[in-house]
Amino acid sequence: MINAIKGLIKYRDLLLMLTFRDIRIRYKQAAMGFLWAIFMPVVAVFAGILVRQAMLFVSGKSLETHNVVSIAIKVLPWTFFANSIRFSVQSLVSNRDLLTKIYFPRAVLPLSSTLACAFDFSIAAAVIPFVMLFTGIGASVQLLWIPSLLVFLFLFTFGLGLLLSAANLFYRDVKYVVDIILTFGIFFTPVFYEASDLGKWKNLMLYNPLGSILESLHRVVVLKMLPDPFWFSYAGAVSIIMFCVGLSVFYGKEQDFAENV
Amino acid sequence: MSNMIEFHHVWKKFVKGEKFNSLRDAIPNMFRKMTNPNGEPTLAEREFWAVRDVSFDIPKGGVVGIMGPNGAGKSTTLKLLSGIISPNKGEIKIHGRLSALIEVTAGFHPELTGRENVYLNGTILGMKRREIDSKFDQIVEFSGIGEFIDTPVKRYSSGMFSRLGFSVAAHMDPEILLVDEVLSVGDTAFQAKCAEKMRDLLGSGATIVLVSHNLPLIQSLCKRAILIDHGEVLKDAATDEVIPYYENTVIRQREKEFERKRQQMEGVVLQVKEQEKCLLYIFNVIIQDASGHHHESLSTEDDITFLIDYHAYEKVEQPVFRVDILRGDGVLCCSCISSESDFALAETKGRRAVRLHLGKLRLAPELYLLKVSVWDKDLIHPYAVRYKDVLKIVAEDNRLSTTAVFVPEVKWEKVEGWKPQ
Repeated sequence: MINAIKGLIKYRDLLLMLTFRDIRIRYKQAAMGFLWAIFMPVVAVFAGILVRQAMLFVSGKSLETHNVVSIAIKVLPWTFFANSIRFSVQSLVSNRDLLTKIYFPRAVLPLSSTLACAFDFSIAAAVIPFVMLFTGIGASVQLLWIPSLLVFLFLFTFGLGLLLSAANLFYRDVKYVVDIILTFGIFFTPVFYEASDLGKWKNLMLYNPLGSILESLHRVVVLKMLPDPFWFSYAGAVSIIMFCVGLSVFYGKEQDFAENV
Repeated sequence: MSNMIEFHHVWKKFVKGEKFNSLRDAIPNMFRKMTNPNGEPTLAEREFWAVRDVSFDIPKGGVVGIMGPNGAGKSTTLKLLSGIISPNKGEIKIHGRLSALIEVTAGFHPELTGRENVYLNGTILGMKRREIDSKFDQIVEFSGIGEFIDTPVKRYSSGMFSRLGFSVAAHMDPEILLVDEVLSVGDTAFQAKCAEKMRDLLGSGATIVLVSHNLPLIQSLCKRAILIDHGEVLKDAATDEVIPYYENTVIRQREKEFERKRQQMEGVVLQVKEQEKCLLYIFNVIIQDASGHHHESLSTEDDITFLIDYHAYEKVEQPVFRVDILRGDGVLCCSCISSESDFALAETKGRRAVRLHLGKLRLAPELYLLKVSVWDKDLIHPYAVRYKDVLKIVAEDNRLSTTAVFVPEVKWEKVEGWKPQ
């Protein structure tokens, strides 16, 4: 695993160029360019507001600004996760020419897909401070938890992306399974609602590491509270394990890629 | 001297046929294996060794050519060396920075501009960004792309595309370079540049492994050559020693091919004969030298004579004999028609023979097919066609040169005191 990381560091220029390529290609010949990175999450936020409104209506409450902010800050990490997985899964298979002809650490490919999505994420995330300012949510010391939560999110996403991209190389079925799960995953993860809305099923939502990361984000940003220590550590542990497992499985299978792709 | 490349007892197997790359296929296959372990052919039976116990060491600064017929395992060896695939058995050690000139445009993305692709491809091939910065102008200059460097490469012609690819690859300065038949890119001017670049690399003391079918190239660049066939090393020695040996294996293969072609031809001719009533049959064509002795093969220097042994079952008036010599690739090398040489028989019946003297043909050492036919006097209707004899011309040292049709007897001299008019 140390070797795998060393390889990635050695080829950091390649990583940068591939990330750059992925970003360039996504917005090439698109009139709106980078605005798409903001526009798409905005649509998701509106969908979330609608769902939320319906849920609140049933329970006889009304939509408040903190609900909207909560949806906005959770939609972005979810979009990052879903897009990264979607691109990572295809990253090895769609670069078949490179895989069979040139040697470089293969993990560069899913990593560059993830990084390109992280770029989109950061563009969209730049809007969030303004949203918080205008809605009067404001800042607090608890915001300092955000970087560590984003690191967890990144490690988890990258680790899972590594696993799935390698799996998809051997069995193309993986791509379809992932597509289905990502399409409906947003309803099984507390993105549009809070885990506590589900009452006794709350923990079920939080066992999903993405759920506990999003829930912690909600707590530190909107509620201005400390993240729940148990679920925070749970999310951290699962993310680090996912990263390690993903990297070592990927590294172990790497030499079989060229002949099986 | 230390070894830059150590390749020790390397084995690599591949699987013939389709692999089970879908769960839908793999799960039933797993069940089949569990319930019926001895029934269907297992994967192991469809496996074959692409590289079998291959060993070699290449010292620093060594320039080695790897050659062999198609499917011999050359490219697999190169892929093993570059680390794209890993061996099933054996050990490969590379000491130094390795670059491969294999498929130089593999890293290109059509949507990106030439400039962006130079950076992308450069880093894929293992260069650092700063290195590319410093060589960028040289690369563009070398490729001759000029003002189009900021155009997306999808708008490039295929020539520009591969020229740019090669230019990027050529500007790496690796300690070990693997080259797989990429030197045939672009027009002659560009090829000359490439050859010069190769010579520069040779001069820089880099270790180079070159895979090619191009024998003159290997001969001019490499001191040592490794001949591989069916995944095994047949010969590993000085190039001048290995090339004749290689040519012999090529001869053997081509003879087999000829045999197959001949059998197919015979089938066709037989069918024609059944349709028409057989008036005349060519029993044999005997290849002889000037003194009338039969030979399996002749040399370039020999006089060539063919004896055509035929049987005319009924009286044939004014037959015309025709002999065509064709090279293996179908090039008609010469054609002799008896009526054009004022040779005429009034009539012929029974078992007879005619002889054709070709003199010194000076054909290049190669394998040739003979097409011998007998026609009516106006060359409209053939009585018999025989298309199965092989004329084998060999050089003194049993070598084949596959470059030209004939070897003229030449003499070069210096022109004394010549002035242009």
